[in-house]
Amino acid sequence: MGASMKEIKLRIKSVQSTRQITKAMELVASSKVRRARERIERTEPYFNSLYETMTGIAYGKRDFTSPFVEPREEIKKVCYVIIAGDRGLAGGYNSNIMKLVESHITEHGHDFCVVPVGKKAAEYCQRKEMEILTDQYRLVETVTIGNCMEAAHLLADEFRKGAFDELYIVYTNFVSMLTQRPIAMQVLPIPYEKEAAKDDVKSLILYEPSPEAVFNAVVPEYISGIFYGALCQSYASEQAARRTAMDSASKNADEMIEDLSLKYNRARQGAITQEITEIVAGAEH
Amino acid sequence: MSVFHLKIVTADGKFFDGEAERVLVRTIDGDVCILAKHMPYMTALGMGECRVTGSDGETRRAACMGGLLSVMNDEVTLVATTFEWAEDIDVSRAERARQRAEELLQKHIEARDLELAQAKLKRALTRIQVGK
Repeated sequence: MGASMKEIKLRIKSVQSTRQITKAMELVASSKVRRARERIERTEPYFNSLYETMTGIAYGKRDFTSPFVEPREEIKKVCYVIIAGDRGLAGGYNSNIMKLVESHITEHGHDFCVVPVGKKAAEYCQRKEMEILTDQYRLVETVTIGNCMEAAHLLADEFRKGAFDELYIVYTNFVSMLTQRPIAMQVLPIPYEKEAAKDDVKSLILYEPSPEAVFNAVVPEYISGIFYGALCQSYASEQAARRTAMDSASKNADEMIEDLSLKYNRARQGAITQEITEIVAGAEH
Repeated sequence: MSVFHLKIVTADGKFFDGEAERVLVRTIDGDVCILAKHMPYMTALGMGECRVTGSDGETRRAACMGGLLSVMNDEVTLVATTFEWAEDIDVSRAERARQRAEELLQKHIEARDLELAQAKLKRALTRIQVGK
């Protein structure tokens, strides 16, 4: 009995220290998620203006063509920008992204190359031996808007050269603290829906020096904007996912501690009872 | 003078959101000044000085690089890659950046790096010019 008491006590201690860690991680993640949400709010007007304008021009394009708008006849190769986290312990955050990438690939069945962003994404792509376009953005936390611009220029150039025919960004959309949804978003050729563009007014816009020139100058900006926006969303999602995962881990630890304390008390009670029985039995003789 | 609604946004947040009399920016095709009741218009921005005259008649200067300017229903939206008010510019930092870029340009480097260094130099020069 004594041995099992000691064992239980050790278990309780180890669960307690794990709980301390998960609790600390939860607190860190929730303060990070707050900052990440502020960043999303700060940058939102930028992306909205950028996206509206770009889809507006793409829709209103009557008298010009651009390689960035026309869907290509034959799709030989697709490029995916995969945004995941640098660290694990964030619930299904990383694996959900990878699952989405895999299903997207099997569904479309094209040849593909990838640009992994985040350590987990880079590791995954290496393991699966995917063709990696560039992996200089391995650490998602250190990627700046300048890096996004650089990547956007690279992607736009490669697209124009014909290295790939479609570009997707795979990221996790931050819906709320409790819900994050992985999304594969088509970036190039620029998608446009008739409903998305407001009305025909846009076709009366004066473009200077010319629609093509404006468009080609703004496309890298557009890609980099979307990239950075996706990055902000993903980062917030990662922290929120980690917060939720660590919250439930702490709760589990609490439950385990409760359960183990009960067992420990029973064992202690059992040991006392046994001792008494032994003493009483000894006294009777 | 009549005014229009001007919004200046970058990835770092909103820089201006309110009434303005006029805004002058450098586009890829030269300087352009927008007044109220302009027709729908769109252009891409180059690197240069931006002057915003608010409804109080006061003019503020800024360094504005890259992005686009659109005029829609008398609403002007300036979406910039970077936008800094003149008073926020760190001139000594820009000077250092200029020196570094010039040093790079002295050496023999690849075409891609050359392009980058030239862009850096141009950015630094714009900042210095506006910041002084």
